[in-house]
Amino acid sequence: MKKTPPILVWLLPIVSGVLFVALWYAVRAGSGLQSWILPTPAEILEAAWREHARLLRAAGNTMTGALAGFLLAGGLGFVTALLLGVSRSLRAGLYPWLLVLQMTPVIVLTPIIVLWAGPGLPGIITVTWLISYFPIVANMTQGLLSTDMNHVALFRMANASRLQEMLQLRVPSAMPYYLAGLRIAATLAPIGAIFGEYMVGNAAGGSGGLGFLVYSYNTQIKIPALFATALTSCLLGFIFVAAVSLLNWAVLHRWHDSYERDDH
Amino acid sequence: MEAAAPIVKFTSLQKRYGSGPLVLDTFNLDVAPGDFITLIGPSGCGKSTVLKLISGLNPATVGELSVLGTTPKGARDRQAFIFQDATLLPWLTAEGNAELPLRLRGVSTAERKAKAREMLALVGLDKVPAFYPRQLSGGMKMRVSIARALTLQPQLLLLDEPFGALDEMTRNRLNEELLTIRERSRFTAMFVTHSVSEAVFLSNRILVMAANPGRVHAEVKVTFPYPRQAELRDNSAFQAKVTEVSRLLHEVEGSIA
Repeated sequence: MKKTPPILVWLLPIVSGVLFVALWYAVRAGSGLQSWILPTPAEILEAAWREHARLLRAAGNTMTGALAGFLLAGGLGFVTALLLGVSRSLRAGLYPWLLVLQMTPVIVLTPIIVLWAGPGLPGIITVTWLISYFPIVANMTQGLLSTDMNHVALFRMANASRLQEMLQLRVPSAMPYYLAGLRIAATLAPIGAIFGEYMVGNAAGGSGGLGFLVYSYNTQIKIPALFATALTSCLLGFIFVAAVSLLNWAVLHRWHDSYERDDH
Repeated sequence: MEAAAPIVKFTSLQKRYGSGPLVLDTFNLDVAPGDFITLIGPSGCGKSTVLKLISGLNPATVGELSVLGTTPKGARDRQAFIFQDATLLPWLTAEGNAELPLRLRGVSTAERKAKAREMLALVGLDKVPAFYPRQLSGGMKMRVSIARALTLQPQLLLLDEPFGALDEMTRNRLNEELLTIRERSRFTAMFVTHSVSEAVFLSNRILVMAANPGRVHAEVKVTFPYPRQAELRDNSAFQAKVTEVSRLLHEVEGSIA
């Protein structure tokens, strides 16, 4: 594949961004829509500035819930996958139920979770965990089962124990899969937290997160502020994905082919 | 140690995978200490299966197999397997890979590092211990793989088409080096290949095998004295041997299809 010149990598998104903003203004001018239905980018930024204290505090709260749920999913997902990877019967017995859990929309479960885990952070963390857990389990399990058969033979020849085979062969070779699972989870975790807050956050004593702001701005018809909330959520998602990408780099860049450079 | 006892002894061995066809039929073989035996033949003749049986990766269906005076699995500590591709763990450095079998056996860090470095030096890789496999060429990866097998100081070395993926020059070099290393390490070797000249260069015995079911078609003795040098390949007696083995191979290739 031909490489895009580096200058274009930066320039092209800026050009398309400018075009998009121009189109936005054109639609607003041409359609005669009012600010509370379609605010201009300037009005959104203005609202973001006006509300920045609330937005930042809410983003901090959302970050707490999303991070806690994400870490819980990352940890429990790892352990679950290990169990599924070790035992064929556990895999056969549990995997279908994990699928059932995955197929059930989180939206439907959220009221039940709030009922059980209570409003506020515990409920939000549970929703976030639930939405990010399955991709991690599915990817990691797949990774543990995709170990190169010759590598397994090598370990058998060396009289390696099952534990050695798991920890020194299967887990390291599953790391790219686990990290791919974490990447998917990183995009889902903020969504889960915001949705959780949307459902339960208004019971959390006014110190809600971005989801609560969505609820609040919507009922007050503060549409530019709602757009500003969307922008903030988007930034939060970026932070998550960037953090996992960094982790991915730290774990894989020295040995994995995905970081292959053309320098030899 | 029972010096006169064969290193490997197959007695009327048969092998099939599950309920599939017979892969190996009435296979008999005595491997003497110091032998370098090459198995050559069309695909499906069971030559790789022979190595897998010896290593204990696959069990025999019928018949007997003793390895180093015991069962294949019981002899694992004293044999090593070199695979067709280098099968290095990509997340370990060259040194980490070379020391892996020792680490799995619980050998102390200092001891296994020293051994790994010694063996990497032996295969000419003393400058790359900290490199990861993806930074190494195909030939270098295979050298690491050989070093890894040698750290165990095996009495029996099993090599399953180890140089099949390499270019001819690299392959010839590694053939010569393998024999040089053997002068020092004194292992008995069983080698699988598709290359007739490689077989003649390395072995003192060549088993030409036929397929469906896998069996020994003919055994060729190669009497050129060790240590053998690269110049041997230019020798007319060497060429004659290559022709002889090729002719035998043509006979069995006519028998399949």
